[in-house]
Amino acid sequence: MPLVPFLNWLTLHIFGGTMPFWVAWTIGEVILMAVVCLVLMLGVAGVILADRKIWAAAQMRRGPNVVGPFGLFQTLADAFKFLFKEPIIPSGANKVLFLLAPLVTSTLALAAWAVLPVSAGVMFSNINVGILYLFAISSLSVYGVIMAGWASNSKYPFLASLRAAAQMVSYEVSIGFVMITVLLFAGTLNLSAIVEAQRHGWFVFTLLFPMFVIFFVSSLAETQRPPFDLLEAESELVAGFMTEYSATPFLLFFLGEYLNVMLLCGLMTVLFFGGWLPIWSIAPFTFVPGFIWFLLKAVFIFFLMAMVKAIVPRYRYDQLMRLGWKVFLPVSLLWVVITAGWVLYRSGGF
Amino acid sequence: MLLQAIAFYVFSTVLLLSALAVVSARNPVHSVLFLIFAFFNAAGLFVLLGAEFLAMILVVVYVGAVAVLFLFVVMMLDVDFEDLKKGALQYLPIGAVIGLAMAAELALVGLVWKLAPASAGVRASATPTGMTNTEALGHIIYTDYVYYFQIAGLVLLVAMIGAIVLTLRARTGVRRQSIPVQNARTPEAAMQLVDVKPGQGA
Repeated sequence: MPLVPFLNWLTLHIFGGTMPFWVAWTIGEVILMAVVCLVLMLGVAGVILADRKIWAAAQMRRGPNVVGPFGLFQTLADAFKFLFKEPIIPSGANKVLFLLAPLVTSTLALAAWAVLPVSAGVMFSNINVGILYLFAISSLSVYGVIMAGWASNSKYPFLASLRAAAQMVSYEVSIGFVMITVLLFAGTLNLSAIVEAQRHGWFVFTLLFPMFVIFFVSSLAETQRPPFDLLEAESELVAGFMTEYSATPFLLFFLGEYLNVMLLCGLMTVLFFGGWLPIWSIAPFTFVPGFIWFLLKAVFIFFLMAMVKAIVPRYRYDQLMRLGWKVFLPVSLLWVVITAGWVLYRSGGF
Repeated sequence: MLLQAIAFYVFSTVLLLSALAVVSARNPVHSVLFLIFAFFNAAGLFVLLGAEFLAMILVVVYVGAVAVLFLFVVMMLDVDFEDLKKGALQYLPIGAVIGLAMAAELALVGLVWKLAPASAGVRASATPTGMTNTEALGHIIYTDYVYYFQIAGLVLLVAMIGAIVLTLRARTGVRRQSIPVQNARTPEAAMQLVDVKPGQGA
């Protein structure tokens, strides 16, 4: 973000230049955070609606169509319903952890967005280890689930949270290896630099295409979307770790889940589809702002995710584990070796 | 600079307090959660030192993997920790001795690090100019000391295989699914259509 001019303006005009820079910096960052969060919430509302509409269309239903034109305000209505309901805390629950779990989930999901570049230089903070930061945050998000399952003091949530933890830890491994192959190609951990490295060909059209497939499937498992939504498989575990949750805490879980889905769509755009870069770097395409390109690509990937949800039957738990450990892990490990060899060969290392 | 100082004191205070809570919490699950919080604050301190790679790796490895296993074990095993703590006071003398020895050694390391002439070179080489600390670590681990790194990896591999061998037990009477066989099944092999005439029964 063009933060420094904005801060200079803030210190000069609003506070008459009497303010030290660090105070203005803090105020500016807080305002910026609030704006980013607001935009993300609106994005989540849109994404939930799109998810439901696509799902409905695949089943030849209409989907939400009552609240607002084309049901556009359905998500907002649902959100307000959750906000105004009474949160019920089970008497056997560990109260602090029970309420902390949804906060952890949604906070981490929001925090992950800090490093994702949506256009050239437009991001909250451009850190050198951006991709590692995202990996760290996504490896933390399992805690919200475990804490919720344990604090609920109830059988189904606990079983579901154990499932979820095992699932997320398993698929994190292959996601890590996929990220390593991308890093080998790009030669940097900075997300903006990874996008810039794709100026002469998106990574999805290179040797890395199988890695994109693995990343896509793993991210479905990582966000517990169908066909890997085993922790809330309603025929087995009621509503999974969210069984005991109601009202705003449930809303926070829901928010976190969809923020993570959006984040992974954005991350796949950045890692494989050249982020904000246009399809071809020639005249009519370069007029379109980078943000629009980013959005188009992310929405396309989300469409794929939504279609998978609509048309693929749910996996069995042992099949899920087998896929993660016996297929994805060896393949991605092999691909790290192949990619490293290819990069070395191209740079004349052999 | 002021913000950095504030951040340092917040991180280190919270780190120390949560480390204290790890050993004093009654509920073992709370202990593990405080441990995670302590790791997190340590990562914050790493970031303040400019070691962003180490900070992220600390979170990924310790918080994201090791502590999840801790939490798993503590939640799944129904250990009565109150019972375990009953006789804990009788270990106080030996615990105090070990603690004091460690504190003294840490102080010695700090002094040596500060004073010894040989450590000046080491301190300088840890933060080379003109490259990010990820690259610097990469050079050290994969170029300068690659054989030591490989040996460490082999040791870990042996440890992993050892753990697997120790816990592996071949259970009999378990029906396992062979995925290739399952995928190769056709409708013809699995079912047959019988044309039952009305009135004749099955």
